[in-house]
Amino acid sequence: MDIAQEFPIQRVIDEEGQLVGDRSGVSDEQVREFYRWLVTLRTLDQRAWNLQRQGRIGTYPPFSGQEATQIGAVAALQKDDWICGSYRDWAALSYAGVPLSYPLLNSMGHAVSGRIPDGVNALPVQVVIAAQTLHAVGLAWSSALQNQGRVALTFFGDGATSQGDFHESLNLASVVKAPVVFLCQNNQWAISVPIARQMNSQTIAQRALAYNIEGIRVDGNDILAVYQTLREVVGRVREGRGPALIEAVTYRLGAHTTADDPTRYRPSEEEQRLSHGEPVARLRRYMLGNGLLTEDENKQVEEAAKATVEEAVQAAENFPKGSPEEVFDHVYAELTPQLRQQRAEFQQRIQEGGTARG
Amino acid sequence: MAKLTIIQAINQALAQAMEQDPRVLVLGEDVGKNGGVFRATDGLLERFGEQRVVDTPLAESAIVGSSVGLAIGGMRPVAEIQFFGFIYETMDQIGTQAARIRFRSQGRYHVPLVIRAPYGGGVRTPEIHSDSIEAFFAHSPGIKVVTPSTPHDAKGLLLAAIQDPDPVLFIEPMRLYRAFREEVPDEWYEVPIGKARIAKEGEQVTVIAWGPMVPVAEQAAVQALESGISVEVIDLRTLSPLDLETITASVQKTGRAVVVHEAVRSGGLGAEVAAAIQEHAFLSLEAPIMRVTGYDTPFPVPSVEDLWLPDTGRVVAAIQAVMHY
Ligand SMILES: Cc1ncc(C[n+]2csc(CCOP(=O)(O)OP(=O)(O)O)c2C)c(N)n1
Ligand SMILES: [Mg+2]
Repeated sequence: MDIAQEFPIQRVIDEEGQLVGDRSGVSDEQVREFYRWLVTLRTLDQRAWNLQRQGRIGTYPPFSGQEATQIGAVAALQKDDWICGSYRDWAALSYAGVPLSYPLLNSMGHAVSGRIPDGVNALPVQVVIAAQTLHAVGLAWSSALQNQGRVALTFFGDGATSQGDFHESLNLASVVKAPVVFLCQNNQWAISVPIARQMNSQTIAQRALAYNIEGIRVDGNDILAVYQTLREVVGRVREGRGPALIEAVTYRLGAHTTADDPTRYRPSEEEQRLSHGEPVARLRRYMLGNGLLTEDENKQVEEAAKATVEEAVQAAENFPKGSPEEVFDHVYAELTPQLRQQRAEFQQRIQEGGTARG
Repeated sequence: MAKLTIIQAINQALAQAMEQDPRVLVLGEDVGKNGGVFRATDGLLERFGEQRVVDTPLAESAIVGSSVGLAIGGMRPVAEIQFFGFIYETMDQIGTQAARIRFRSQGRYHVPLVIRAPYGGGVRTPEIHSDSIEAFFAHSPGIKVVTPSTPHDAKGLLLAAIQDPDPVLFIEPMRLYRAFREEVPDEWYEVPIGKARIAKEGEQVTVIAWGPMVPVAEQAAVQALESGISVEVIDLRTLSPLDLETITASVQKTGRAVVVHEAVRSGGLGAEVAAAIQEHAFLSLEAPIMRVTGYDTPFPVPSVEDLWLPDTGRVVAAIQAVMHY
């Protein structure tokens, strides 16, 4: 089997911003809307990086380079559908309706960032690689059992495809025909491990074959391709035709997290080569070249993004510090006797001035 | 002799073990080119090559499960789990496999495997990265559990673990990795597994701690002395099997004991230590054995971390409580 032929990369706009596919499924207004989101989230991500460098937030995992995949995929969902992501998926959550301050609050260590606002059907971000893919199977399965017509979309990385949980997810979803869309963000790296070292398969999408489900490769830096592909796939999955595995081929533009130094393991030649097709600049090139955006309008978009992000930073920094004893809440539905006693001791310690005693 | 941090001592021990024994190999996530996320394996790939310093696919169960086979097959794997909290992914391969092969095969096979993992709080990490779950493994017959608190012990215990014929879980206090330096002999030496260390001698109260809590206990001892209380600090170093001899002798001398651990309280190893003390030194006890531990919640977000973790103040309070019981 010729894998490259079997799993061609779906693409609408190439690196240079040239239309190379069919974009009939996306209106001009939708393109502009996507662009505004791309710019806003890129601005947020870069701001977060700087905030970490200034010591104003803690460890932060940047999503720069992956905005198109995350936004384009969520855009293909309906309001009731489920989203199960990991630490790098704040662009998806933001587009789904989680406030832009949440990724910052998360890195500032505010527990509230786990409390997805009502009306957004997403699980909190979690860090155990690939674990959320199984939750998506269960959520989708529960939707099917209750005839809810809801689809579950799960995001995970290329590294996650090495975990047992990932393979167990695909197999179980296939067996029970759960309406779940597995969306792998193949950003080429799992911290310092390149995809070629992660697997000996040519593509991630081809793993669908083994589980007898649909497998598709899409250019993850091309928001129009992601959106149109996902819309079709989500439609089929919703109809009950079984789960699908999508490999969005993208690139992690920067470090794994603010605690990582990619110069130790990643050639800068590669960075330059693969950064060129990144999603924001790509859509901008296309829009500028096709009368969808002028330089002036672009400046306005960038200014508006800055203002929106500034508001998010303000919101995060002004967010009331929770009271520390909240750590005892939400362990169980009710405090156990042990926890009640421990909380009382904890409160007393804080009243007595925290640490120094004796 | 050179002054090394804990992370440097670990790096040196790994290099020496690999130099001395061609069966030793290091495997895990990001241990190769990146030298480990904490640089524990820094420089090993360049020195020993890709066959012996292996960046594995991202799969903890595969790392440990295949290490079981490597070990039975004649290699000496040193597997790294990037953070202790991710060891949940491979509980099965540890608990039902690595720890039981000797028993299952009635001694025909054994698993000389070392699993290294950084653990503990105080580093402001994201969720799961700071968990202290040593009790799960101390509760598993067939695997030893070791944790150093000094550079000297880090090297000596790791070399002993690599020499050990049974699986050893070697957990490394993340917050002490670069906290201080001390003289570490250049040559090979081993610190015996199963032997605790008297970190500080004293007469009236025994404080038992391990890993990241040892410096906290030592500081508490200094503070307690200011109010006239003489405290002995024991660094357990090996959590399974426990060195009951050292613990018992100390408590028979002091008559009072406080156990300090970062892990949550209920079902923690402190309960085991306390039970052993009352079994072996009941008539010496002047006061109930107290515990200073993490609370029974998941490890908190960074903004609450410092309040949640046992600190000197809490340990001093417990010392005073057993003194004035
Ligand atoms: C079970 C588990 N093991 C190890 C880690 C540490 N870790 C965090 S991210 C990461 C790499 C993940 O790579 P990938 O799945 O490609 O996602 P990406 O970070 O590229 O988005 C690793 C090893 C973890 N979070 N969970
Ligand atoms: Mg990746």
